[in-house]
Amino acid sequence: MIDIHIKRLQGNFLVDAAFSFNDAGVTAVFGSSGAGKTSVIKMIAGLSRPDEGHVIVGERCLFDSRARIDLAPERRRIGYIFQEGRLFPHLSVKANLRFGMQLTPKNMRYVHFDEVVGLLGLEHLVDRRPAKLSGGEKQRVAIGRALLSSPSLMLMDEPLASLDDARKMEVMPFISRLSQRFSIPIIYVSHSLDEIFALADSLVVMDAGRAVAAGRLEDIVQRQGLQHLIGYVESGAMLTTRIESHSNAGELTLLRFAGGVLRVPRLDFSIGTTIRVRIKARNVALALVPPQQTSVQNILPGVVEKIFTGNGPLVDVHLDIGCPLSARITHSALKNLGLQPGIRVFTMIKSVSVSHTTMG
Amino acid sequence: MSFFTLTPIEIDALRLSLWVSFWAVAVSLPVGILTAWVLARLNFPGKSLLDSLIHLPLVLPPVVIGYLLLILFGTRHGIIGVWLYQTLGLIFAFNWKGAALASAVMAFPLLVRAVRLSLESVDRGLEAAARTLGAGPIRVFFTVTLPLVAPGVMAGMILAFARSLGEFGATITFVSNIQGETQTLPLLMYQLTQVSGGERGAMRLCIISVAIGVLALMVSEFQAKRFAARKEG
Repeated sequence: MIDIHIKRLQGNFLVDAAFSFNDAGVTAVFGSSGAGKTSVIKMIAGLSRPDEGHVIVGERCLFDSRARIDLAPERRRIGYIFQEGRLFPHLSVKANLRFGMQLTPKNMRYVHFDEVVGLLGLEHLVDRRPAKLSGGEKQRVAIGRALLSSPSLMLMDEPLASLDDARKMEVMPFISRLSQRFSIPIIYVSHSLDEIFALADSLVVMDAGRAVAAGRLEDIVQRQGLQHLIGYVESGAMLTTRIESHSNAGELTLLRFAGGVLRVPRLDFSIGTTIRVRIKARNVALALVPPQQTSVQNILPGVVEKIFTGNGPLVDVHLDIGCPLSARITHSALKNLGLQPGIRVFTMIKSVSVSHTTMG
Repeated sequence: MSFFTLTPIEIDALRLSLWVSFWAVAVSLPVGILTAWVLARLNFPGKSLLDSLIHLPLVLPPVVIGYLLLILFGTRHGIIGVWLYQTLGLIFAFNWKGAALASAVMAFPLLVRAVRLSLESVDRGLEAAARTLGAGPIRVFFTVTLPLVAPGVMAGMILAFARSLGEFGATITFVSNIQGETQTLPLLMYQLTQVSGGERGAMRLCIISVAIGVLALMVSEFQAKRFAARKEG
């Protein structure tokens, strides 16, 4: 359990954030710039001091204003990945990687040097100087360096923000591999929803110094009232599925989830792999009777839960198909079908986007 | 006897100069780095006073510094001098240690300035990163900060060494001009110019001084290039 409640007045900006989450997985901290995201993780790492509150990681209390506990950053065992990498320019890549490892007592190390080098693909870089690395390589070394200090929590402060898209794609898989391989909790600060959808399991939304929402990514994305913060995120649902089989001479892949089975174009993952998929609300159509003779592959029964009418011509219908799903339809369609909470419908899912793979 | 043959007195002076300057730099280096760190990193009341005090030798006539040293470090009446003699048995008056002290004080602002500028340009973020990796403040200083300011420290040392070699006014005031004990190169040169027949000796010492100066600057340049290359590759 990671439990954080911190309060700090910086100038006339009050950071007051409280959230907690379970040990494993990636928790994204999302917010616009100036929302206080970096302030929060700096306080978690001990690089700045909260006025009051507590920081608890697992069994260990790192900070508690009431109990007067305030561990120095070097005693917190928290890995911190900075936006700019911050590799030591006077040391080789190898010496950078070993910096934190050497300071960790042998019985507390849970990861081996060669394993990290292999996992992050750093074999050909170890003898170089940081100045000779590309941005993506620098971040991979920074991740390796933090990991080798065997932290009990990793903080990542917009680690991809300074990279171009190609470099982002280069580093991202390593981050998701990291959380799976070592089951180390990661707090991932970002203002990019693409990154968050690709990496995160849970989400903390920050606004003006406060954590305004926290929970599972799927739930938060669905939640009404956050749209003005999360912004243009197209409403939709996030489903956790498992690859059940590949069928039809390998053209289709069947994904098992709480509400049944989804058929998607072939995915190159082995059977049993857990896959996160996103279904955008505009890709879901509704019918009152089972549709026949349609090109849509995925038709699933469900129940209307709530209807959200906004200002525009479209409405969002939240459904329960064994798990939450939402459909975006027009006002007139809503009227024609006479939809109301409790009505049984058939959902036609036109497309599914695969966003994330987790534990195999 | 050719022009280039040094007299025993000149050899003594050259040897003493190098010896005095070496100790002046060696002893003031740790103090200088600490002072530079305090000035670069801490904020406290009286900071600008300390800063002014350290820079005083740059703006005061060296004779004044020599005189102040005489007052403070005299073995019989100097406040600090008496204490040092009684507790550590250290004597600065009229010996090479006094010459080294005078040189160190005169060169101190140059050393501190070079190290401080270098410290101020260090990315504090690297130190924070080292802390999160498990290094305490002292270890961070020795494994991250100090290596990063090494070029500045080197430059400061060379400047201070060169300044020490040239020290004249404070030295002659504080420890006088005693051959074999406090008579460094500039002091001997001064003496030679005061007597007839000393011109050749003065010229030899002049050439030696220039050579040492040029060498020091070349070493410093070479070091700077080496550090730059190391950082990049």
